[in-house]
Amino acid sequence: MASFLLRRILIALLSIIGASIVLYAVLALAPGDVFGELVSNPGIPPDVIANMREKLGLDQPIHIRYVNWAMAMLQGDWGYSLVNRVDVGQLIVQRIPATLMVVGTAQILALAIALPVGVLAAMRPYSLFDQIASTLAFIGFSLPTFFTGLLFILLFSITLDWLPFIYRSDLEQTGGAWIWAQLRQSIMPVTVLALFQAASWTRYVRSSVLEVIKLDYVVTARSKGLPERVVILKHVLRNALIPVVTMVALELPVIFGGAIVTEQIFRVPGIGSLLISSIMANDTPVIMAVTFVFACLVILFNLIADLLYRWLDPRIKLQ
Amino acid sequence: MKEQDIRGLIGRVKRGDMSRRDFVRRMVAAGLTAPVAGTMLAHNGVAFAQSAFDYTPTKAGGGGTVKLLQWQPASQLNPHFAVGSADQHAIYLFYEPLASWDEDGNLSPILAEELPSLENGGVAEDGTSVTWKLKRGVTWHDGTPFTADDCVFTAQFASDPETLAYTMGTYRDVEVEKIDDHTIRLNFRVPTPFWPDAFVGTRGLILPKHLYQDYPGAQATTAPMNLRPVGTGPFVIENFVPGDLISAKANPNYHVANRPYFDAIEMKGGGDAVSAARAVLQTGEYDFAWNLSVEDEILDSMTAGGRGEVRLIAGANIEHLQLNFTDPWTDVDGERSSITTEHPCFRDKAVREALALLVDRAAIAEFIYGRSGEATANFINTPDRFASKNTSWEFDIEKANQILDAAGWERGRGGIREKDGVKLSLVFQSPTAGQRQKTQTVVKQACEEAGIAMELKAVAPGIFFSADPGNPDTFAHFYCDIQMYTSPMREPDPGLFMQQFLSSEIAAKANNWQLRNVTRWRNDEFDELAAAAAVEMDPVKRAAMFIEMNDLVVGEVVVIPLIYRKVAAGMRTGLKAPLSTWTSYLWRVSDWHYDA
Repeated sequence: MASFLLRRILIALLSIIGASIVLYAVLALAPGDVFGELVSNPGIPPDVIANMREKLGLDQPIHIRYVNWAMAMLQGDWGYSLVNRVDVGQLIVQRIPATLMVVGTAQILALAIALPVGVLAAMRPYSLFDQIASTLAFIGFSLPTFFTGLLFILLFSITLDWLPFIYRSDLEQTGGAWIWAQLRQSIMPVTVLALFQAASWTRYVRSSVLEVIKLDYVVTARSKGLPERVVILKHVLRNALIPVVTMVALELPVIFGGAIVTEQIFRVPGIGSLLISSIMANDTPVIMAVTFVFACLVILFNLIADLLYRWLDPRIKLQ
Repeated sequence: MKEQDIRGLIGRVKRGDMSRRDFVRRMVAAGLTAPVAGTMLAHNGVAFAQSAFDYTPTKAGGGGTVKLLQWQPASQLNPHFAVGSADQHAIYLFYEPLASWDEDGNLSPILAEELPSLENGGVAEDGTSVTWKLKRGVTWHDGTPFTADDCVFTAQFASDPETLAYTMGTYRDVEVEKIDDHTIRLNFRVPTPFWPDAFVGTRGLILPKHLYQDYPGAQATTAPMNLRPVGTGPFVIENFVPGDLISAKANPNYHVANRPYFDAIEMKGGGDAVSAARAVLQTGEYDFAWNLSVEDEILDSMTAGGRGEVRLIAGANIEHLQLNFTDPWTDVDGERSSITTEHPCFRDKAVREALALLVDRAAIAEFIYGRSGEATANFINTPDRFASKNTSWEFDIEKANQILDAAGWERGRGGIREKDGVKLSLVFQSPTAGQRQKTQTVVKQACEEAGIAMELKAVAPGIFFSADPGNPDTFAHFYCDIQMYTSPMREPDPGLFMQQFLSSEIAAKANNWQLRNVTRWRNDEFDELAAAAAVEMDPVKRAAMFIEMNDLVVGEVVVIPLIYRKVAAGMRTGLKAPLSTWTSYLWRVSDWHYDA
């Protein structure tokens, strides 16, 4: 176990270094820089911009910039936003609550829909319920979030005028009114994300349960006269959910990565919208930090999923 | 318009026979910007008009919260660090300049007691100094009085190369001298006809010395005031999340009586222009949204409900075609479009003239830009098509064909014209934007009818406008025959704007394509005019020079002006707000109100 863990951690570290090099290179090779808008402004002499570039170290060769960045990162210095002129860490910390609130809730909601629907559909395959659930699931993951998002806005905000479509992180209300306002503004983004996620998870849970439910030991359990509830919960679900758990674990980094499209549509000030606005402004340190943290989380959760899988299913060998 | 005529008009304004507004309109029609026209009057003893904005509230406060959407969000709040116009707008909530420009381009005092002029001795006859009298009784948000020291400090702060202020160019050549606590004198090295630059408008916002003096040079970036500004403005910061929102409450000690009307202001960023328009015009969730570059039909359908309206504010953004005067297809010492070459087709003026005739500006204005743009023949500003003959334009394929025939460009195989083995086959690039690609297609179709083959190219804006010397697709490299984009005249003075045609400004490999003359057009007459205008203190003579310069670049078809663009703002019905494109749209946010 120890050597397995050590090896996996080593591989993870190497992956992180590799990911950082690739990300840095891609960003450095991308055209344009943060002073794009200044360049076309006749009021700013070129030498002023050249001076800014030099002072910020943007004129150095790419490998030197990478080493500087990596050394700073090792010491916990995330870098410094060229546009906002504040530490990147501070920017990210400001954005995390909204993303956790919206994307996190959406993931929980998705799971809450996918699990029961998937299990029920698998218990009676090709029944009416299964047919409806499958059809809805197909529609669900065929419709991209930017489409359902706009559809929701048109219906609930414009036609019916029930819900606000601009998410605010600084609601002035307190207490119950705050919860109500928060709920109203979260419904649409959360639902849009949750439905999309739930659709694919439902299919996954269904096929996983379907596979297990036919196995001999389930038949044995039934023939022992165990009630159906116990058979499903204790015998079927436990085994059927092993692949589902790993899949959910692999999806978790998304909670921190934010949902770029949905955040943009509803103006949710989360990590996704930070990433988009930084890309628009060519604010390399912020793009680098967000994508790098995301890469680290993906690698980390892969590791966790591996360990979890092994813990849930002892049959799986360490090799 | 000749110098004599302008003098006559100024005389009429002085006598009261003509309104300022009419004068400014005439000057704008003649190709000048409104601020220059206003400065011209001021120089001749006609005071800048106080902006005629009807402010009805009789006391400060009581307006509740006003909610603004600026979909390009503000990223930080130090006026001298802004890298884009988004920050420059928001900062006006908190900081103020000595004076700023209104919608018609009149200078209006804000932190100045009065505007300097020749009459009151504020502007030196020789143009080498300007004396500003500061308003008394103004305090910073923390209660410290505002004095001349703050102005002197702001200039030092911005001009320090370690600070990395984008306003460095404005302040480094100005010596700011404190006369007394409420008077400063700006000394210029050379006669400066357009003196309202330092301490005026977007680049003129003044910082509090008592707070920023502890953060000199490179340390300026760590100043907490960059995120929590302490200014003299009508609003005091409450909360700021970079790239997302700003919330502020009214400044109870604001230096203008009975203002601001709103008790609090909230500014939300992010999203896109269409949904911003929707939130103001259709659902009324927000009161105001800036820069709604949204198609006409969509705006119309949104305003149909009557909850909001669209206001168009004139500025000096000109969408235009540039012709390359060098050969973009021949490599000279690792550089294309080298100044040592000549464009094989455009060296013949007939081709350039024909091209100008093949741009259907009326159709482009009507069907592509809608209400946000007007067709124009003039590079500096909107022309008055009926008054000025030398700045007129027409769309005439027949005539273009005749010109090309007469110049000896004969149709060869495939209907493409050629002369002496040179084919009239051009590449036309522009940064990606729906409207531009449509315009390109319109131009291409007309050109094909005249026997000019055209290949269209769209470049991602991030590349096109970048200063990357290694990328051949930037506007400064201009490695193709024609290009089209919007040139923003952010400066309310064409002096800087017209520098892009100077021979000394030619963009080339030697200067890493950092200089601004990208058409590589060279003209001695233009250079002389520009040099003379740079030091000419008489606004009338100077104006005549700019008109001549404009006629030169248009007449020589260095550029083909296309659309004079306006900025669309969405406002909830009933909101009264003086706006401006010469500076931040929030330049007088203290006066925004709803009529009771």
